[in-house]
Amino acid sequence: MTIKLRAVLPDRDLLHLYEQMVLSREFEESCAEQYTKGHITGFLHLYSGQEAVAAGATHALHKDDYILSAYREHIQAIVRGADPKRVMAELFGKATGICKGKGGSMHLFDPEISFMGGYAIVGGQFPIACGLAFSVKYRNEDRIAACFFGDGAVNQGTFHESLNWARLWELPVLFICENNFYGIGTEVHRSSALASIHKRTCGYDIPSEKVDGMDVIAIYQAVKYAAEKVREQSRPFLVEAMTYRFRGHSMADPGKYRSAAEVELWKARDPIVTFAARLLEEGVATEDQLDCLKAKARFIVKEAVEFAEQSPWPDDSEVTTDIYVGIQEVCPWR
Amino acid sequence: MAVMTYRDALNQALKEEMRRDPSVVIWGEDVALYEGSFKVTRGLLSEFGEERVKDTPISENTIIGVAIGAAMGGLRPVAELMTVNFALLAMDQIVNHMTKIRYMFGGKTHLSIVIRAPGGGGSQLAAQHSQSLETLFMHVPGMYIAVPATPADAKGLLKSAIRDDNPVMFLEHELLYNSKGEVPEDPNFLVPLGSCEVKREGKDVSIIAYSRMTVLSIQAADELEKEGVSCEVVDMRSLSPLDMETILTSVRKTGKVVVVEECWRTCGLGAEIASRINEGCFDSLLTPVRRVSGLNVPMPYSRKLEKLCIPQVENIINAVKEVIKERY
Repeated sequence: MTIKLRAVLPDRDLLHLYEQMVLSREFEESCAEQYTKGHITGFLHLYSGQEAVAAGATHALHKDDYILSAYREHIQAIVRGADPKRVMAELFGKATGICKGKGGSMHLFDPEISFMGGYAIVGGQFPIACGLAFSVKYRNEDRIAACFFGDGAVNQGTFHESLNWARLWELPVLFICENNFYGIGTEVHRSSALASIHKRTCGYDIPSEKVDGMDVIAIYQAVKYAAEKVREQSRPFLVEAMTYRFRGHSMADPGKYRSAAEVELWKARDPIVTFAARLLEEGVATEDQLDCLKAKARFIVKEAVEFAEQSPWPDDSEVTTDIYVGIQEVCPWR
Repeated sequence: MAVMTYRDALNQALKEEMRRDPSVVIWGEDVALYEGSFKVTRGLLSEFGEERVKDTPISENTIIGVAIGAAMGGLRPVAELMTVNFALLAMDQIVNHMTKIRYMFGGKTHLSIVIRAPGGGGSQLAAQHSQSLETLFMHVPGMYIAVPATPADAKGLLKSAIRDDNPVMFLEHELLYNSKGEVPEDPNFLVPLGSCEVKREGKDVSIIAYSRMTVLSIQAADELEKEGVSCEVVDMRSLSPLDMETILTSVRKTGKVVVVEECWRTCGLGAEIASRINEGCFDSLLTPVRRVSGLNVPMPYSRKLEKLCIPQVENIINAVKEVIKERY
């Protein structure tokens, strides 16, 4: 039984979620195109297929809750409020990028929107999320830390160390697993003795919930509930969202380890298409309205690409700044 | 001035900085209730309470990672690693995260973290508990490294490290904890990071050393003085930033150099110092730069064998005598 949309959120919010998801898809597909053209280089991990998780979860959090993620994080930054222009410029390696072109696709960061980073060592963000949550608790702030990660990260020591730590110190951390079933090319059952990731928290006395990651409303509800628990009790919670990436692990991956039938099965559950159908069916939006939001998203992404193209490269002097506070040179003696 | 041990000087630095700034917090294995494996954190839990002085699980990588997050959130964590050997379990958070975050995030954050780690050999703790890993950290841009030799420097450098906005690896020597020296009592006494100090003036040979090797070098210099050889001992105090000017000034004066390092010789910091002296004042050198180093072996347990692996006073004396004899 599917819950009625309007029973969960007002029309404005429902349309906002749709708008965020179409913007996400447009942005990522445009990144793929820019990569093929050679404008974006290095690693590029795209989020297409997983949009419901970032959109639904972020909408359920407070604006100043900390968010951390891994290296497939463009969309988590954008739905949190990062300017798509500055994200695209970062991917182009330009001076106007969100991190001055020094981080690139995998290392977006903007403390002004409490987006505390994309981390590219699998599992590296877990203890950092705990530390931010400690600072919140220490200063008695009304915030939590939401830590996104993939199914591949749960076999790192930091996952287990951080679950134990967060429960022991009673830290307000919400762990959000985006289980897209593959760590690069290794299917979750081939890497995890217990592939049902949410069950792993029982060893640390942490509550958890599994949710359909292709359903933006289900995610929103699950994260809203979990975030409230975390906030009220100052204790961790884990949400496992079952999702799927429509593209390979990165642009370098043709994805031959997955059957065409499997990919098609999941594409039939495209979170944007299914949500659009529900919006229309329940009379929340008309076809024209949805088309209009799509056109708006395309325009925003087009502007972002133009901005990135026209932006200057970083000045050579930037190569030795931002290492230390107070001194500019890499080696003060040299 | 008060005479106190290196341990008490560190303890005083921690207490003074915690009283001065409520954002200073401390955690590590056995630092609170047990008061530290080397008792450096004695009395902190009772004075500052369990919100600020925290025992942790044996999870070194996460000890550092939590410090990174807390620093990003505006605190000034002092994380203790029980010994520097365990830093190797935390190298992912130290090298891949702590030293990269400011740069890869475009300067939008900074990490005020001090990692305290006792280390060094000489206590017969065998291969896994006797390492001198300073060179590993020195290789990595993005953190400062302090290596105090005296109680006064231990206190002044630790206070500077806690107040600094950069991550600092603070390497204490296990054999120095009981050493005594005069320490200024002024709560604003600081030793700046990145400044070498000439601990003993001389004119014939410059001995460049750090941490316990400075103490041994001063002993060697005292012995050599009796034989009419005048040694200048330059204590590096910080390996990063490294105050090469003080080192080069000394080398320009003496023209002869012995670098003393407790770490392994291969790619050790002595090689880096020698290289920088070549680049900086080759014309002043009268003889090649000589190194006294830890032996390139895993540390043995037996007292007799262990002694062969760590630079001793006589090794420094012999090295100085050889450079004195050399003519080019």
